[in-house]
Amino acid sequence: MEVPTVAAMVAAGKKPEIVFWVGCAGSFDERAKKITKAFIKILSQCQVSYAVLGTEESCTGDPAKRAGNEFLFQMQALANIELLNAYEITRIVTACPHCFNTLKNEYPSLGGNYTVIHHTQLLKQLLEEGKLVLEGDQFKGKKITYHDPCYLGRANQVYEAPRSLIQKLDAELVEMKNCKAKGLCCGAGGAQMFKEPEKGKQDINIRRTEEALETSPDIIAAACPFCNTMLTDGVKNKEKSEQIQVKDIAELIAEAQDL
Amino acid sequence: MAYLPNLIFGLMLVGALALFVRNINRIRKNIALGRPMDRNDQKAARWKNMARIALGQSKMVTKPIAGLLHIVVYIGFLFINIELLEIVLDGLLGSHRLFAPILGNFYNVLIAAFEWFALGVLVVVVIFWCRRNVLRIQRFCKAEMQGWPKWDADLILYFEVLLMSLFLLMNATDLSLQLRGVEAYPQVGSFPISQILLPLFEGLPTPTLMSLERTFWWMHIVGIFGFLNYLYYSKHLHILLAFPNTYFANLAPKGAFANNPVVTQEVKLMLDPNADPYATPVNDTAANQKFGASEVTDLHWVQLINAYTCTECGRCTSQCPANLTGKKLSPRKIMMDTRDRLTEVAAHLRQTKSTEITDGKQLLGDYITPEELWACTSCNACVEACPVDIDPLSIIMDMRQYLVMEQSAAPTALNNMMGNIENNGAPWPFNSQDRMQWTQL
Ligand code: SF4
Ligand code: SF4
Repeated sequence: MEVPTVAAMVAAGKKPEIVFWVGCAGSFDERAKKITKAFIKILSQCQVSYAVLGTEESCTGDPAKRAGNEFLFQMQALANIELLNAYEITRIVTACPHCFNTLKNEYPSLGGNYTVIHHTQLLKQLLEEGKLVLEGDQFKGKKITYHDPCYLGRANQVYEAPRSLIQKLDAELVEMKNCKAKGLCCGAGGAQMFKEPEKGKQDINIRRTEEALETSPDIIAAACPFCNTMLTDGVKNKEKSEQIQVKDIAELIAEAQDL
Repeated sequence: MAYLPNLIFGLMLVGALALFVRNINRIRKNIALGRPMDRNDQKAARWKNMARIALGQSKMVTKPIAGLLHIVVYIGFLFINIELLEIVLDGLLGSHRLFAPILGNFYNVLIAAFEWFALGVLVVVVIFWCRRNVLRIQRFCKAEMQGWPKWDADLILYFEVLLMSLFLLMNATDLSLQLRGVEAYPQVGSFPISQILLPLFEGLPTPTLMSLERTFWWMHIVGIFGFLNYLYYSKHLHILLAFPNTYFANLAPKGAFANNPVVTQEVKLMLDPNADPYATPVNDTAANQKFGASEVTDLHWVQLINAYTCTECGRCTSQCPANLTGKKLSPRKIMMDTRDRLTEVAAHLRQTKSTEITDGKQLLGDYITPEELWACTSCNACVEACPVDIDPLSIIMDMRQYLVMEQSAAPTALNNMMGNIENNGAPWPFNSQDRMQWTQL
């Protein structure tokens, strides 16, 4: 798969219009890599002028900050900002709501000012501009429920872009009883992804999966690699992996395009 | 002698107000124990926030039943306070229904409206009591609500029943006397609710009725003075603090956690290849500043006003994923602990006349445990749910920062994660040179 890097483009005297910030999950996590690839396929298909930072990209620092290590967070942030500013980057898209939130909200006061959008927002934009056309009816009649990632929804008020994409798929969007501003966390945020949960009655991802299953969906749509992992585990735990898929919205769009 | 009641009333009024002012000043002083935080920007947006959330109750109605019921009590309370003005002036001047001749027919409308509101409040308060004590709605019965908080919640309701009943009884006896043509009680006002109570007083001799009317009148106003000064000890303080609290609330996106400028300074120094590693820090604050919070005095003042504003409604906790799945964390408890510790610290400082806290306790450990702090997913559900814009998450994050930066007390798994970020720029142990490997699959 040919993926342009910012360094290579700049060396060739060009500049991407937008940088795709892949994120650590998108780069290393087996499940999330598939989301990254689906999104890349759409970007190339729509001829978006993009590039990734590749080996120059480093963790935004989100998990460090949420774990309480402000020092490590700022080390990461300032190094990333130096890199982005050196390349004179102005627009960033990312498929990870945690990267999205950190780049968008926590980098500006450290000197990193960029227009940052989530991949669902870019996809919606491409659809509206007519660059992305959805044909076929793979999803016709399918029930899809959408799980709001905390750092996309409550934290940044992005509720509509992902939903409008699902509706464009001609699928039936079914809402869970706790959705949008009231959406229940998948349990991964605040650095929980990297530790065992505290003692309790239940794991959070199981509870959220139960809420999703109440809608008897064919597909649980996610828009965050961590939510994806949590819900996939939840569905597995409920022994429903055969019937119910957990998919990122970018994957659904790529599938609808036969990419 | 004729002026004795006026005098007694005046003294009581002054006493009640003086006590109230002392209480408010204490709260102001306690809040001022917090670290500075500039929340004087975006004035227009702040006024709007306050108008929408505190005045307009917009976040209350996300739970429609509780929200609408609360609005009845809230509007009733505001309205009936207009009547209070007349009562106070009557008390001072020795007059009776001073506004009646001035307002003419409108007075009748007002009194009738007050009576309807009083009935509304009474009904709602009974429903509220049932929600707490009969239906036992979960969020009212969590662990942190045992003991005084439970008492407090019920006491407020009893207070309101008492005040509203006295108000209606006072009107009923007044009306009864008016109908008998007693000279001191000219026929004014319209009493759609209290007239129902008339039969209660039918057989009573006029002098008895007159002393009853006076008794109800006095008990009502004394009750109000009492309630006013009960606020200080109660979650009912929210009726005042909800306003400044929503004004000074965080207006940034909920996902934006503040960056510590002292850390920025240090990191920049470290990243600067020309910096002298042995140089003393640029200023002393960098060297002396404690990172994060282990005590209420490490929190900023908005977090402290948050704590005093908390109504203990538990909406935050009922949405908290950690709490819902049986973890110890409850965002409401975080706020209650902060408030209780702040009150304790303030009393301790007043007693010892010092600025050093030497009671051997602190917020972290004695009130809030690391287990609670580490259970948080930073999902912001609590912040979203709070009807008065309180931010428990910011306190949790500040306390985590203390645990990690001052005590290196993160759970092992998180230390590993942070080690990975430090060494290879990802929370997992992957080589940063492999970041593009996914393109090859
Ligand atoms: S941010 Fe933390 S305390 Fe608040 S609801 Fe989420 S998990 Fe609970
Ligand atoms: S913090 Fe807000 S939501 Fe939570 S108990 Fe207090 S007032 Fe209610």
